[in-house]
Amino acid sequence: MAALLSVSDLHVSFQTYAGKVYAVNGMTFDIQPGEIFGLVGESGCGKSVTSLAILRILPGHGRITRGEIAFDGRDLTQLSEREMQPIRGRQIAMIFQDPSTSLNPVFSVGNQITRIIRHHMGYSSQAANQRALELFSKVALPDPKRIFTTYPHELSGGMQQRVMIALALASGARLLIADEPTTALDVTIQDQILELLVELRQREGLSILLITHNLGVVAETCDKVGVAYAGKIVEIGPTSWVLHQRQHPYTEGLLAALPSPRQKGQDLLSIPGSVPDGLSVIPGCPFHLRCPHVMEVCRHSEPGMAAAAGSVDDQHRVSCYLYSSEVVR
Amino acid sequence: MNLQANRTILLETRELTKYYYPRRGLLHTGQGSTRALEEVNLTIYLQETLGVVGESGCGKTTLGRVLLNLIKPTSGKVIFEGQDLSSLDRDALRRLRKEMQIVFQNPYSSFDPRFSMLRSLSEPLRGHTNLQGEALEQRSRQLLRQVGMPEDALFRYPHEFSGGQLQRLAIARALALNPRFIVLDEPTSALDVSVQAQIINLLRDLQRRFKLTYLFISHDLSVIQYISDRIVVMYLGKMVEMISSRSLIDGRVQHPYTLALLSAVPEVHPEDKHEHIQTQRNVPDAVRPPSGCSFHPRCPFAMAICSQEEPQLQQLREDHWSACHLNQTTS
Amino acid sequence: MEEKRVEDAEFIEAVPVHPLAPQATAPYSEWRLIWRSFRKDILALFGLGIILILILGAIFAPVLTSYPEQGRGDPNILEKFQPPSLRHPLGTDYLGRDVLARMLYGGRSSLTMGFLVVIIAVIIGVPLGALAGYLGGWVDEVIMRTTDVFMAFPSLLLALAIASALGAGFINTMIALAITWWPWYTRLVRSQVLSLRERYFIEAARSIGLPSQKIILSHLLPNVMTPVWVQATLDLGSAILISTALNFVGLGVQPPTADWGNMVSQGRLYFIDRPWFAGSAGLVIFLTVLAFNFIGDALRDAADPFLRRT
Repeated sequence: MAALLSVSDLHVSFQTYAGKVYAVNGMTFDIQPGEIFGLVGESGCGKSVTSLAILRILPGHGRITRGEIAFDGRDLTQLSEREMQPIRGRQIAMIFQDPSTSLNPVFSVGNQITRIIRHHMGYSSQAANQRALELFSKVALPDPKRIFTTYPHELSGGMQQRVMIALALASGARLLIADEPTTALDVTIQDQILELLVELRQREGLSILLITHNLGVVAETCDKVGVAYAGKIVEIGPTSWVLHQRQHPYTEGLLAALPSPRQKGQDLLSIPGSVPDGLSVIPGCPFHLRCPHVMEVCRHSEPGMAAAAGSVDDQHRVSCYLYSSEVVR
Repeated sequence: MNLQANRTILLETRELTKYYYPRRGLLHTGQGSTRALEEVNLTIYLQETLGVVGESGCGKTTLGRVLLNLIKPTSGKVIFEGQDLSSLDRDALRRLRKEMQIVFQNPYSSFDPRFSMLRSLSEPLRGHTNLQGEALEQRSRQLLRQVGMPEDALFRYPHEFSGGQLQRLAIARALALNPRFIVLDEPTSALDVSVQAQIINLLRDLQRRFKLTYLFISHDLSVIQYISDRIVVMYLGKMVEMISSRSLIDGRVQHPYTLALLSAVPEVHPEDKHEHIQTQRNVPDAVRPPSGCSFHPRCPFAMAICSQEEPQLQQLREDHWSACHLNQTTS
Repeated sequence: MEEKRVEDAEFIEAVPVHPLAPQATAPYSEWRLIWRSFRKDILALFGLGIILILILGAIFAPVLTSYPEQGRGDPNILEKFQPPSLRHPLGTDYLGRDVLARMLYGGRSSLTMGFLVVIIAVIIGVPLGALAGYLGGWVDEVIMRTTDVFMAFPSLLLALAIASALGAGFINTMIALAITWWPWYTRLVRSQVLSLRERYFIEAARSIGLPSQKIILSHLLPNVMTPVWVQATLDLGSAILISTALNFVGLGVQPPTADWGNMVSQGRLYFIDRPWFAGSAGLVIFLTVLAFNFIGDALRDAADPFLRRT
């Protein structure tokens, strides 16, 4: 089955007053129709920048320097602004971390959603209102008629995020990019929102690129996951395989660092050092400075992606010399 | 884990209440007041780690600050080692400040951007001791070593450090006056997972070495379960359950809200997953809390009495208290 | 004391210094970043150049002109109303004094007036703003209502009113203008302090028992001064302009002291046939205000991280 979205060897850099920041360095993954793909990593791993690059909404000083983003057969990196317009919001929609700043405070939420519906679909005012109410029920907002006339600040964080999801769905997008959609929400609300996303995938066949730093969220919602570090994916595959076999030392480190009741009384296993800041390209494998299994070869050459041990038909892949001898550079 | 150790009380609160009143011109009408804390009775034992968990609006942040006297309570008392904070004069209060310190959630705004680390670390020392010059520097270096930071950090400025490093420095500053009690207000929430683990390990190590007592505030249940000896669950300013972490891990949680919280935490390992409790609706307004039990509109086990009468904290077993009408039916 | 934790410390030392601070001894040098953005603005550099020339002209006035006594006020009736010539590059005024000399000496008065007015306004306004913002409550109310009263008057009228009450002359004019100006700084600083107050390092200072005045002095004030200096630069031009306006009603700096303002107001009577002294004074005032505006605008853009050109 052809992938809905296919990111290949994406490189993004930023020109800042401190120098050039290499935010994304060879990001490669694809998302099938109707799949929830989790892009997980800590701060500075390039996951948010990747999502901005897909929609071509990088801030002024950011550039896609290499790579391809294939959506529906077209390479998004080659499209002009005009050509991107019908894709943004219509085919690919995005929701962000803080719903309170994503909604315009001076318009009612009903107004905001009908505007989008009318812009993308050309409906009449009547039809747009109808559709808006439908969307609000789709995202399980209680009493859609009343919500229609409320202002964003009158709604709680969870409800705001539901409105955002409704807005994203308003024009029938096939891919939803959700950048840390629940990080700013309370955990019980987070639970509800994640359930909503999974439900939307079931019912509408929506594909979702879920960006998060929370491995638990990934475990419970994503079909496939890509673990990102220093701007590239170091391990990718079906969620249960990646999280339970945890072949890449970074994945292992991340999971081991999670406090769990089973470890009570013992020290947590931490990964020494801190994440790279992107101002310089680390030679060899980007993780080698912090890796407990570092070998000589890791210091000068970057490992390519290879099938993980025990992987059936290449679905689970790791970029690490412990598992492959393939060299990229 | 210090449950068996010293059961001396270090700090306690009696009926601690805090309401925020909006300013309406020159008169405080009392309408639209926000409930931050309602009659909280807490006991913290020497050298333990008391975890406080809850979602937004539950009052945990306010609690931490009221204990340190950074915010004055509307009513109720805070008693530190037998001394009622409200009865102390300014000088005695200043001296007491040495015993209790706080580490904040956001390491990036915890330091004055214009102060060198030396200046920031020695600020508490200059206020309370008569150390000067060389001695101040010595003590600052010592603090850096204690938190695992290199000594040249002294002459650097906050913007040169990463979040994890800043948090270590914030802990170093909190240790400067040799406090007995430290409030940790979501100390790892702004940090990456790998760094969080480093900081938690550091905190545990320091607790052992310097016999510290911690109040660990967090919304992250996994961290709280791991690090606390006892856990207090708060909802809309009230304590709804107080349980030892051992009992919690063994699955003896009683209060429906705690159960909901536990079941909502996304878990990597399926074995850790708690039975799913769905809560309806959203967290209500702290300006108009529900009648009776604050949780009743969202509680899947709500009974008639829950909307009428507020449940009181009742002891279920040793180190386990819960405020829920369901207790009556089972006991 | 006990040993440090080994594993983490080794790696921590391996982490490189954040590249924003190559020497690692400077505070978050906002000014360095501001300068880098500032120097890309040609108009601002031009403005800076003009101001420097004017300041140097004012300082070295006695040396730069052959007629220093005339600059200071001595009349030279025999040569009055001379148009520009080789002897008097800008001509002479109604008392025969060399206009160029008057201008150079006038710079001393006008520029000093501008700087002093702004500095006094800052000295009064900033601490009040910090107190209002940090202490809140009735202190805030009192200070804010006071600023409301002052700001309710159009600034020119207020300056006129106070100046006429005090009388003419350099000091009185300076006082009048400073009184008109301070409320803006109070407002500015107050809003800065309101947001700064919420930062954790302020709470940390309170948690170690630092008294309010120390917190304001050591922590708040140093962190609010950048927008103050930007505003001050913009106000320098306005201050000079308003002091000029006062001359038109007989207030302000009085002759024989040279001052650009009184040169314009005295010279306007003769402007039609003999425009050179009112004209040159007017032109130099124009250039000064323009220069300060360019500098101030560039500073403001440079100081705002969003508008900054990298």
